[in-house]
Amino acid sequence: MSHSADFSCPIPIQQYPRVLMAHGGGGRLMHDLISRMFLSAFSETPAGTSHDSTVLPSPAARLAFTTDTFVVRPVFFPGGDIGSLAVHGTVNDLAMSGARPLWLSAGFILEEGLPMEALWKIVCSMRDAARSCGVRIVTGDTKVMEQRGADGLFINTAGIGAVEHSLTISPMSVRAGDVILVNGDLGRHGMAIMSVREGLDFQTKIESDSAPVAEPVLKLLKANIEIHCLRDLTRGGLAAVLNEIAEASKLRIQVDEKSIPIREDVHAACELLGLDPLHVACEGRFACFVPAKDADLALSILQADDPAARKIGEVISESPIVLLKSAIGANRILDMPSGEQMPRIC
Amino acid sequence: MKFLDEYRDAEAARAYAQQIAQAASKPWVLMEVCGGQTHAIVKFGIDELLPSNVTLIHGPGCPVCVTPIEYIDKALKIASQPGVIFCSFGDMLRVPGSSADLLSVKSRGADVRMVYSPLDAVRLAAQNPGREVVFFAVGFETTAPATAMAAFQAHSQGLKNFSLLVSHVLVPPAMEALLASPECRVQGFLAAGHVCTVMGCEEYDPIAARYRVPIVVTGFEPLDILQGVLMCVRQLEQGRSVVENQYARVARKDGNPHARDLMRRVFQVVNRQWRGLGEIPLSGLGFAKEFGALDAEKKFGVTDLHAAEPPECLSGLVLQGRLKPVECPAFGQSCTPEHPLGAPMVSSEGACAAYYRYRHRTPIPA
Repeated sequence: MSHSADFSCPIPIQQYPRVLMAHGGGGRLMHDLISRMFLSAFSETPAGTSHDSTVLPSPAARLAFTTDTFVVRPVFFPGGDIGSLAVHGTVNDLAMSGARPLWLSAGFILEEGLPMEALWKIVCSMRDAARSCGVRIVTGDTKVMEQRGADGLFINTAGIGAVEHSLTISPMSVRAGDVILVNGDLGRHGMAIMSVREGLDFQTKIESDSAPVAEPVLKLLKANIEIHCLRDLTRGGLAAVLNEIAEASKLRIQVDEKSIPIREDVHAACELLGLDPLHVACEGRFACFVPAKDADLALSILQADDPAARKIGEVISESPIVLLKSAIGANRILDMPSGEQMPRIC
Repeated sequence: MKFLDEYRDAEAARAYAQQIAQAASKPWVLMEVCGGQTHAIVKFGIDELLPSNVTLIHGPGCPVCVTPIEYIDKALKIASQPGVIFCSFGDMLRVPGSSADLLSVKSRGADVRMVYSPLDAVRLAAQNPGREVVFFAVGFETTAPATAMAAFQAHSQGLKNFSLLVSHVLVPPAMEALLASPECRVQGFLAAGHVCTVMGCEEYDPIAARYRVPIVVTGFEPLDILQGVLMCVRQLEQGRSVVENQYARVARKDGNPHARDLMRRVFQVVNRQWRGLGEIPLSGLGFAKEFGALDAEKKFGVTDLHAAEPPECLSGLVLQGRLKPVECPAFGQSCTPEHPLGAPMVSSEGACAAYYRYRHRTPIPA
């Protein structure tokens, strides 16, 4: 994979080391920013994008369409940055419909004063992430806002993917008896971000799990796994996702704490801060609901991609609630987290 | 994980539960003092393993919960002043004051920052000489040494733009206040292990002797708590009432003398108001004279700000172990983590939060 270090920033640093209001003003500076930075990085962009919209061929009878906005702070974190995250996040949302991700848009809101070098690094990171996911960034937008201490930039990406299967992948398709799988260890993204937040600089080498997951999903579909539901474990972590699905499907979900894969360093950091790893966000992890007949094959496919993938529980036909069998064998509610996760006092 | 998983072993837990059932010949009521223990009990379902004649009631040891509402109001007032960087532990940010909480003050433009250590606030003060940096110092003897160190460092560095809003409280006077109440049902205590890592175990000897109550210094993992319960029940059955240490792997008899020396140098023992318990004589820490310039209450003129708890919040009874969270009429109705009436519903160590999070749809299917 190529990295930003291979390239020098195409906007002359000595002239404009930082983003100015004029870079969003519609004049020469904005034109230079778009053509030299964005278009040169996203060079696979089809011809005609200097127009107001991009015209694309229809790839399938059914399409998946999604959008997400990224406001992560700090913008560079162990294991990724806001650029790669903005690509992975939208690619993964498409994958959760079982779609093959094809095209992304990229909308930037830049804060006046953002170092041009940092922007270039982020743009390169988006380019690399898009390449590795096999998607193209085909349209975009740039705005500059006055400095408000937001410390950098926000990115919105929208994505289109081709749906080439005939399943209905949705919480409504979840059935009693379904087995729940996760595609790897949980909680690394949230803890990586937490470790570099101001005031919380604890010593750890935890790197974000930010990664695209379209490939393992397409492998499951290719193997004719009858996927009932997929959900990426972002904000609110596994606990929020299971609660949403229990509520939508009106079914009880039973998971076993001991079978949920959590790396030791993530577990230790959560213990230290008083956080529940099941509430912590991931950016390259998803839960997969499949009928029991397909569970073993599905697990072996996921484990070929990441050996930490596990079967963590099952769906039971009763009232909508998520129960977790604790380490000492008693059942408790696994609730939706309330608001932002706050480290405890002692 | 080493030093953790071995204290969460299901078979060993069942074995302890059996021993407790064998030891308890009559009903006993024990109080776990610390909110961390309460959460472990409810989260792991430890109480479900106990025989029906051993009852655990939850004590006042949640630092966020016992901080009185007037201190939240003082924090809000200071945080709202222009130029102030107000630093707090994350736990305090959602606790409701009379009219708002720190997060909503932040959303209106106040510079409220979550820190994990008071020393981070000292660093912020050094980095921002043009701003007033204030740290909201709450907690028991566990967090007081770090506050003392922050005050000591700021004092030695001569930082003029740093101050602390101090609402530190002490555990033994609260235990005595509970025991002295005619409504007290507590027959034995699981004392908070982490408090004893600082203070040692000896200050509990006079309480055990005076009130004839066994006190077992106990840790926070499921097997710690079950072993603490077993030790306490055995004392009760044998008619003994002494201080025992279940948590000897962490809490030493003499605690941490260096931390105590620093606390003694920076603080003096003062009367303190507790949420739900009222004023308890000599139950808190305030600055010693030498460090008085660091007192944010004086610096920002909020010493005389007073406020009363909302009457519909029964957290006082919960904090005294006289009411289970689920017995409060507001629980899960007008009081939820999203719309809390009182601190025990939002603190990560609050009993109401523990019941809401792990139990609120009782009974839990087996």
